[in-house]
Amino acid sequence: MTQITEAPKKSGGIRDLGKMFGSGSGAKQLGILGALVVIIIIFQVWTGGLTLTPGNLIALVSQYSYILILAIGMVMVIIAGHIDLSVGSVAAFSGIVVASLMQNFNVPWPVAIVLGLVVGALIGAWQGFWVAYVGVPAFIVTLAGMLIFRGGNQFIGNANSVAVPKEFQFIGAGYLPEIGPDTGYNNLTLLLGIVVIVAIVWREFSARRTQAEMGSDMAPLWVSLIKIAGLVIVTGYATYLFSSGRVGTSFPISGIILGVLVLLYSFVTRNTIFGRHIYAVGGNSHAAELSGVNSRRVNFFVMMNMSVLASLAGMIFVARSTASGPQDGLNWELDAIAAVFIGGAAVAGGVGTVTGSIIGGLVMAVLNNGLQLVGVPSDRVQIIKGLVLLAAVAIDVWNKSQGRPSITGFLTRKRTGGAVAVETPPVPRVQDDTNALEPTVGASETNRPSSVTPNN
Amino acid sequence: MSSSPTILEMRSITKEFPGVKALSDVSLTVKAGEIHAICGENGAGKSTLMKVLSGVYPFGTYEGDIVFQGNEVRFRDIRSSEQTGIVIIHQELALIPELSITENIFLGNEPGRGGVIDWKDAKKRAIELLARVGLKDDPDSLIKNIGVGKQQLVEIAKALNKSVKLLILDEPTAALNENDSQHLLDLIRGLKSKGIASIMISHKLNEIEQVADSITIIRDGRSIETLNVKEDGVNEDRIIRGMVGRDLESRFPEHTPKIGEVFFEVRNWTVQHPLISDRLVCKDESLFVRRGEIVGIAGLMGAGRTELAMSIFGRSYGTYVSGTIIKDGKEIVLKNAGDAIDHGLAYVSEDRKVLGLNLLDDIKRSTVSAKLKKISKRDVVDEVKEYEISDAYRKSLRIKTPTVNEGVGKLSGGNQQKVVLAKWMFTDPDLLILDEPTRGIDVGAKFEIYGIIQKLADEGKGVIVISSELPELLGISDRIYTVFEGAITNDIPAAEADPETLMKSMTSAKKKVLS
Repeated sequence: MTQITEAPKKSGGIRDLGKMFGSGSGAKQLGILGALVVIIIIFQVWTGGLTLTPGNLIALVSQYSYILILAIGMVMVIIAGHIDLSVGSVAAFSGIVVASLMQNFNVPWPVAIVLGLVVGALIGAWQGFWVAYVGVPAFIVTLAGMLIFRGGNQFIGNANSVAVPKEFQFIGAGYLPEIGPDTGYNNLTLLLGIVVIVAIVWREFSARRTQAEMGSDMAPLWVSLIKIAGLVIVTGYATYLFSSGRVGTSFPISGIILGVLVLLYSFVTRNTIFGRHIYAVGGNSHAAELSGVNSRRVNFFVMMNMSVLASLAGMIFVARSTASGPQDGLNWELDAIAAVFIGGAAVAGGVGTVTGSIIGGLVMAVLNNGLQLVGVPSDRVQIIKGLVLLAAVAIDVWNKSQGRPSITGFLTRKRTGGAVAVETPPVPRVQDDTNALEPTVGASETNRPSSVTPNN
Repeated sequence: MSSSPTILEMRSITKEFPGVKALSDVSLTVKAGEIHAICGENGAGKSTLMKVLSGVYPFGTYEGDIVFQGNEVRFRDIRSSEQTGIVIIHQELALIPELSITENIFLGNEPGRGGVIDWKDAKKRAIELLARVGLKDDPDSLIKNIGVGKQQLVEIAKALNKSVKLLILDEPTAALNENDSQHLLDLIRGLKSKGIASIMISHKLNEIEQVADSITIIRDGRSIETLNVKEDGVNEDRIIRGMVGRDLESRFPEHTPKIGEVFFEVRNWTVQHPLISDRLVCKDESLFVRRGEIVGIAGLMGAGRTELAMSIFGRSYGTYVSGTIIKDGKEIVLKNAGDAIDHGLAYVSEDRKVLGLNLLDDIKRSTVSAKLKKISKRDVVDEVKEYEISDAYRKSLRIKTPTVNEGVGKLSGGNQQKVVLAKWMFTDPDLLILDEPTRGIDVGAKFEIYGIIQKLADEGKGVIVISSELPELLGISDRIYTVFEGAITNDIPAAEADPETLMKSMTSAKKKVLS
């Protein structure tokens, strides 16, 4: 085992490139991120350059940010071993409550946003109670929630739309404002791009420092430099596109909200006790409980958090479409769940990452957007999206059954390992009553190397 | 007796699992119309042998021959062994609780034509079959509504329906009370008079003595001897000697215990089964542990050892009825595992894959998972500390892995167990409860784990070791409690104990009155 796992150390040169995204060999680690890039390029060509235009990119972000926000909550729910079917209805319900508060009771918009989040928290507490403390499967609880809150939305709104005031629309339809000298670009977007680039460089080097401290198997410096260069070029180009849009448009506010949430929840799931407990409960709830984890509380908060994020997504959508309507949020749960599974989460729980889910969500978003740009009718768009979901997960499952690392596992692997063990090859079935076997798990077949090195 | 023809012969059966030889060169001869008991310690290989016989491990996965009624047989699966007339009734009954008696008897074997079941015929035949096993219940009653004893009889009825010639019973009376057991044994004898041979695996030696015609003893995956009950004048002591009769090799590190004061006590501990409220899994049990002492708990499977340990560890099993826990002179109330950890208890479970580890996780995260607070500031886990601590355990416990970033699922059993030990050592416990700490672990790793246990005791911690292996308990413990049917039956200093006396206390209710 030792020999095999150390093998990649010996292979230098071009193979070290594999360590750019975690570690491993072959082209597999390009995985879903590679798929995303390929899809973007295909549509860029197919649409005659329409995909990567400032206008389209800006529209893409503001159009899908709320789905991606849902995916953040959904991946946590799925890691814990549950599912939430109610997010679309919860989003619609919160949207109509907030819209009505502002229109009928003249509640100021910042207060309305806070109240919207409170509504989400209450709904989440309700669902979390049934899931965590009564033990009703989340599938059922949230199926009920799906009906209840869809009905609630139509009850409050009388099945009509309720408009929202201009100022409120900022969170869904707003952009970084124009300030400073006239450079021909949006200055704040440029600034944001620079901050992100600095952060990327700093992060990569601080990750290297931590690895050195922990004695991990580190990728050579040139690999890190290539990685940085790649990310900087992508970020730089995106910054250029976002800042050079039609005057008055720039990087969407909803995109900034999304970015902050991604950073926050990546941190929470990876570095906090609560985050660890989510993985523990989803991975093996018996073991977690015997380790002193209060799994009920974990389940409760995971469900509650999901509904809060659903409310936020609902409000952003309402702000973008200038009114809350009875059909808001229809089928959102399906998009969010698809994003999470494309992003490498396991149906049985215990596995998944926030970044993976975001990449998965972006794949769906780009696909949707590109197909619409080329004029594929929406019926066929749905068929294609369905096939892509099936294919992505099937490839992942197949790879795992071959004892190969999961594509997405590599990409979304955290600096220190994280929920990586997805890639554990199937343990031979232990059938003996004596348990007297050493499942010396097919180590020879595993190409997962000695350390789970870095990446993002 | 010796004149009756042979119905079954298993010749030099060898069965290997990756890394472990579960059976080596085992032979078994069963005569027509006899009741043949198979005895051995837990893990000796009895069930593996029966799984080979019944086709659970198909032909080709083992070495050796099986000759049934004069013909060599090669079973592909359970179905093919059943068609030949060999039916196994497992310890965990294979009945479906939500279906009726009739439906269960004919499950997979439904009478009828073209996929349409003839329920009238089925019911008629069910009534006949039930009569043969002495059951007068309505064949429409659901399995979940009849007792375990009757369920066992339904299993036998199901076997009779398959025109069984050799019936294998794996611990048939383990879950039954005295009356039901007796009824079942009578039934097996009745079947014998009708020419149906039985193989019976049981830990209850008195029952074996009562019904068996011959006994094959298996030890460490080898068939040791076959005794003829009548001719050889077999009694319980004789069987026990065969079962445990190996030398205590020097498989244990040298150790001089440094035993201090009593610091942990459990008094009158009574716990209910989690589902069956009239069944007690712990009956008024009391025990104590001194600082630096390694206390063994001996008991057969199902005696309630794990139930006792888990219920002490924050009521993690069953429903608490009564009893107190006293630590350092103060009563403590442990309502969940978190409380238990906070009060300095640690429980290394018997099943590390199901209860001990999250196999999706890596070594370093697993190591710190039972006390994340210790390396966290404001709930944010310090990953560098996590690495350093787990790496230190990797070195001190000699966990064989390149780095602690590896997934625990990839480690061998011995190394997984070391990670579990590290996980609980990290919680800095005063009392460690180790449930089968060396199960499924090779000899070398066992030796190391014994060393770790002794070192923990020398640090002044109390250690409770639960084990099915008597030599292990005798080798590692300073004092041993025996448990039988949820009650503590004896408390013996290890120096005065031997396998025979332990086995006696493990197989019968309280004989000696203890202080």
